[in-house]
Amino acid sequence: MISIKQLSKSFKTKDQTVQAVDNVSLNIEKGDIFGVIGYSGAGKSTFVRLINRLEDPTDGEIILNGQDMTDLSKSQLRLERQKIGMIFQHFNLLWSRTVYENVAFPLEIAGVPKAERESQVLELIELVGLKGREQSYPSQLSGGQKQRVGIARSLANDPKVLLCDEATSALDPETTDDILDLLVSINEKLDLTIILITHEMHVIQKICHRVAVMEQGTVVEQGDVLDVFMNPQSKTTKRFVQQLNPQEGSVDELKEFITSDDHSEVVKLHFVGHNAKRALISDVSKQFDINVNILQGSISPTQEGAYGTLYVEFQGEPETIESVMNYVMSTGVEVEVIKHVE
Amino acid sequence: MLSNLFPNVEMDKMWVATYETLYMTFISVFGTFVLGILLGLLLYLTAKGNLWQNQTLNSIVASVVNVSRAIPFIILILLLFPFTDFILGTIRGPNAALPALIVGSAPFYARLVEIGLKEVDKGVIEAAKAMGAKTRTIIFKVLLPESMPALISGITVTAIALISYTAMAGVIGAGGLGDLAYMEGFQRRNNDVVLACTIFIVVIVFIFQFLGDWISKRIDHR
Repeated sequence: MISIKQLSKSFKTKDQTVQAVDNVSLNIEKGDIFGVIGYSGAGKSTFVRLINRLEDPTDGEIILNGQDMTDLSKSQLRLERQKIGMIFQHFNLLWSRTVYENVAFPLEIAGVPKAERESQVLELIELVGLKGREQSYPSQLSGGQKQRVGIARSLANDPKVLLCDEATSALDPETTDDILDLLVSINEKLDLTIILITHEMHVIQKICHRVAVMEQGTVVEQGDVLDVFMNPQSKTTKRFVQQLNPQEGSVDELKEFITSDDHSEVVKLHFVGHNAKRALISDVSKQFDINVNILQGSISPTQEGAYGTLYVEFQGEPETIESVMNYVMSTGVEVEVIKHVE
Repeated sequence: MLSNLFPNVEMDKMWVATYETLYMTFISVFGTFVLGILLGLLLYLTAKGNLWQNQTLNSIVASVVNVSRAIPFIILILLLFPFTDFILGTIRGPNAALPALIVGSAPFYARLVEIGLKEVDKGVIEAAKAMGAKTRTIIFKVLLPESMPALISGITVTAIALISYTAMAGVIGAGGLGDLAYMEGFQRRNNDVVLACTIFIVVIVFIFQFLGDWISKRIDHR
């Protein structure tokens, strides 16, 4: 659906050249919710602006529905942009227009006759849950409602792609979740491809199918959200994953158990997808002559299923512990040994 | 009682003068509004990072604006005599004051327009671009409506300056309350006429200010 090849963008300032986006290649499938995460200055905002050419790329290609965005004339580009929705961190609504008029704006731009506009606009306002607020001005709405207007407006010309530039970063956590739910529902209802830029791991975890991690203009890691979460490779990704479960990975707190001399083994278990719902621990303690001590654990739901980590201590004879380990591994749960039994 | 306080004031002449002042003010405010917005848009759009970024054109417009703002109004009238004579065929009466009034105040207003346009959220312009809007659409449906309260309060300030310019134009025989105050009042030592003209002008200024504030407030939904 969207294929980005060796995309680069550099800005020239007086005395230096800044490489904001550096040789990025990505493929985004139709119907995907694709997240791009990075700290501020990673180039993700520039990246999303390159897709609809609010910024002109220095190098590379953006193929959208078989159309190379980089070799469009000005007027072709305007037409193409009408088919790409975009929402913004600060909503960017026209304060001089009512909710109704804001949603109608892209239709005016596309030259839709006034009579046809009305039913479309009302339908969109209802879709985003703002029925009854048509005649309100943006200043009379809360942040979440403003973003809903932004979403309705972005959908007006029936786009195939929606670009979200930090769309929830100015919202409180609860409103963020409401907006994310709305994005998921329009993704499913309209089979809309969504490209979403964020610095919040929570957003990726909650709604994205696939994710790319950006750092200094390059994509350092990409893939299915679950894979990336399970096996973060780069340092940046690890830091992001840790945001989700702040206590996870702080092995320091488990020192007491790890350094003790008794007959015990400390392991970290990774549960993915269906495994996360298993009653593995009670299975183990029923089947084997062993004591299980749960040290720490967490579970994170994602669009592709849940994933969890659990730190446990198995106490018992070394042979029993070994068979426990074999059993656990046979269930498909990943095991990482933190401290081996003596 | 009024006739005791203002023995030399003839109301007929006052009304004619008031009409002339209002006539000059209205037409010049309209002309200033249109010309000022054009110049202001040009200043804004050709500035760095904007839609028609063009350093040369921007400097040219900016210097035209700065030079004409530097000329004192009373001298501008004299400078424009040949031009006025050419397009209107006369250099007397209310119409003759109009070119000088508009040329004198449009550059000032253009700067106010430019300031108002700069206040428009860049994000909103970007959003319009992302929707595939043409420059014309961005100007007429984003820039002007979003800066309208500033454009209105700017034209109010300019209109009040224009009212005092019309009084000055009276000195060269443009008619209006300034003319009356000078010819009938000052020249004939009739201080009551000067005072009456002042009161009329102050009332007109107040009405303009009130109207401007009211409209600006009405259309501001921020």
